[in-house]
Amino acid sequence: MPSFVIAEKCDGCKGGDKTACMYICPNDLMVLDPNAMKAYNQEPDQCWECFSCVKICPTQAIEVRGYSDFVPLGSSVMPMMGTEDIMWTCKFRNGLIKRFKFPIRTTAEGTANAYADLKGKDLDSGLLSTEEVDGRVLPTPIATV
Amino acid sequence: MALPNKPLGEIKAVRDPEVEEREVDILIVGGGMAACGTAFEQKKWTPDAKILLCDKAAMDRSGAVAQGLSAINTYIGDNTADDYVRMVRNDLMGLVREDLIFDLGTHVDDSVHLFEEWGLPVWKKTDDGKNLDGKKGQKAGTLKAGATPVRTGKWQIMINGESYKRIVAEAAKLALGEDNILERVFIVELLLDANKDNQIAGAVGFSVRENKIYIIKCKTMMVACGGAVNIYQPRSVGEGKGRAWYPVWNAGSTYTMCMKVGAELSMMENRFTPARFKDGYGPVGAWFLLFKAKALNGLGENFAAGDAAKAELEKYAPYGTAAITPTCLRNHLMLFEMKEGRGPIQMDTVTALATLGETMDKKELKHLESEAWEDFLDMTCGQANLWCATNTEPEKKNSEIMPTEPYLLGSHSGCCGLWTSGPDYDWVPDAYKITASSGKIYNRMTTVDGLFTAGDGVGCSGHKFSSGSHAEGRMVAKEMARYVRDNADFAPALSQSKEELVDLVYKPVRVYLDNCEYTTAEDINPEYIKPAGMALRLMKATHEYGAGTATYYQTSSKSLEVVMELLQVMREDCEKLAAGDLHELMRAWEIYHRIWTVEAHLRHIQYRKETRYPGFYYQADYPGQDDENWFCFVNSKYDPKASKWDIFKKDYIKIIPD
Repeated sequence: MPSFVIAEKCDGCKGGDKTACMYICPNDLMVLDPNAMKAYNQEPDQCWECFSCVKICPTQAIEVRGYSDFVPLGSSVMPMMGTEDIMWTCKFRNGLIKRFKFPIRTTAEGTANAYADLKGKDLDSGLLSTEEVDGRVLPTPIATV
Repeated sequence: MALPNKPLGEIKAVRDPEVEEREVDILIVGGGMAACGTAFEQKKWTPDAKILLCDKAAMDRSGAVAQGLSAINTYIGDNTADDYVRMVRNDLMGLVREDLIFDLGTHVDDSVHLFEEWGLPVWKKTDDGKNLDGKKGQKAGTLKAGATPVRTGKWQIMINGESYKRIVAEAAKLALGEDNILERVFIVELLLDANKDNQIAGAVGFSVRENKIYIIKCKTMMVACGGAVNIYQPRSVGEGKGRAWYPVWNAGSTYTMCMKVGAELSMMENRFTPARFKDGYGPVGAWFLLFKAKALNGLGENFAAGDAAKAELEKYAPYGTAAITPTCLRNHLMLFEMKEGRGPIQMDTVTALATLGETMDKKELKHLESEAWEDFLDMTCGQANLWCATNTEPEKKNSEIMPTEPYLLGSHSGCCGLWTSGPDYDWVPDAYKITASSGKIYNRMTTVDGLFTAGDGVGCSGHKFSSGSHAEGRMVAKEMARYVRDNADFAPALSQSKEELVDLVYKPVRVYLDNCEYTTAEDINPEYIKPAGMALRLMKATHEYGAGTATYYQTSSKSLEVVMELLQVMREDCEKLAAGDLHELMRAWEIYHRIWTVEAHLRHIQYRKETRYPGFYYQADYPGQDDENWFCFVNSKYDPKASKWDIFKKDYIKIIPD
């Protein structure tokens, strides 16, 4: 299900440092044509349909059209990312529409505790840094052969 | 209009790239779950060391969890690590490294607890049996504080995992520091030390954003670049090639780069051909386990519960007769139905949802429907679209399931990878420990001094999944810290010159530039082959001779001979791979990595004269299992000096009793 860019909606991320879709695509598919200032999918048959570009696009210019091999035309699945939830609109070929909202994270973006000040103590034990803090004792097999 | 003999990509490759040389203590190659674990843990043990992480993509959405996940498949919780070993051992037909699995089982929950702390929503079970997700789940208490997760199977827990990778990458990047991370840098070859035998000393790679090569020296290194995908012709051969079950960008880089410096591989004959929803490759785990759906054959029979299936499974006792049927044997039963003309196989979603709905009110029913869709939308959005496009409402219409093309991996229900050291504990057999030249033993170190791996890279130790890979990456961080401490005097030196390394990495660019104007269309030129063409050649060869879907996963000694010859020619032709732009240069190196990995896979299948994993592959000349001769690991080693392969048996040692 390759992603495609709607020409009218794409502004090439206004020529900023990062073209959002190009930055995020795990398979290096989304590229910016610097003359047209529009992005495009340069290798649709290597698209994993992971929706990373769709989710990150600041102008909602990217959607997906099902793989021509096996997906009939006429449907669409569109996400809208929030800070705590993602909203999905799923449109069936027969016109039926289903909407879903799912939680995505319980903390504010950028606040993951990296334990930046944590320093491990015993480098020769088997314990990971946070396990050491918890005073864990690693189990050994209950019985061995 | 200009002739189409110019490079297509936006970032053209130039003949002479810029070169940046770096020297660090610790190099992390990869950016997925395992590498994020290492990145999180590393500085806690080496606050003053120089560390660098190189990711081919962007960490927020790289690796197998890029799209998200709807479940964490390994959480020990109230179970024991001993039982975890028993489960993995049975699923992988008896041959696993119990030391590695037990060890992982003792650490994995700590990573899951961190994920929840960082903001990953984990579902909780209330005392009266209701499921709470999102913030409601959070309010019910944390797993670490003893709240009850929603179990699907014995080991899996449900999450709202759309942003799973973003959350894990956020902590990793904060912990390691953005200055110590290079995104869009594809490491393509590892480098041995010029003075010390069998010692890792660095790596070379290139940017896919600018014409620049990185030559990085290091004291120690972890390579975790996932498994291998698009190595066999997929069931969809047009645009749908991209709809691989595992991430399509996993190019076998882990196995190839490590084997090329002489690291020993283990169980490369193992593979995974998951049965998934047909074409969209949506997950079936929640359907089988959470919604209790049954798979029906074309006659509407629950074939897996029938007497014939039971009799077939008895042939593979004790694995086949265990409470949970191994994954390969579940495939085996499905393939049997298909071959007998009793396909296609359907997932009976209609009955499953109707049965669950019998005890639910309208609101609960609505939530159930939502859960079914979330299962896809959190991790395989395209499957949701396939349902939409085919007007499939799971409560009204069943969906077909089918085994996919083969994949190589070490973290899911497969166990190929590198032979690594177990931990230096009393209960771990000496034969499972690898002693470094310093005389010390480092957990998860490969047979190359200073070279570590994790996640899909560690062989004989499947069923780690996302959480286990993260925990394993953290374990490696600590071992690399020990390695740096113990080898403080080691000054890595490379045997190749800067020019030699540039020639190596940019060879496909030079081949292209030297020849592209000879013909009027850039893809067709007798002097070179484009990576896209080579990729199709590899897939066709494996598909037809290497136990691909074309033959219902069957190969034979003669077919293996043929495919080995084809691979040899492919490797020769790889000298003429051509890349006109940086994206294509990435593809050139990826296909090169894939070909080496596939060769290792097929050499192992050729060597193991039995069919250990019916349902994943069949060696027609050696059907069935032969415990007397083959209840052992198969390891192989490529000698980079002599350019020779060696393949041999390695003893399996049982640690955990039945």
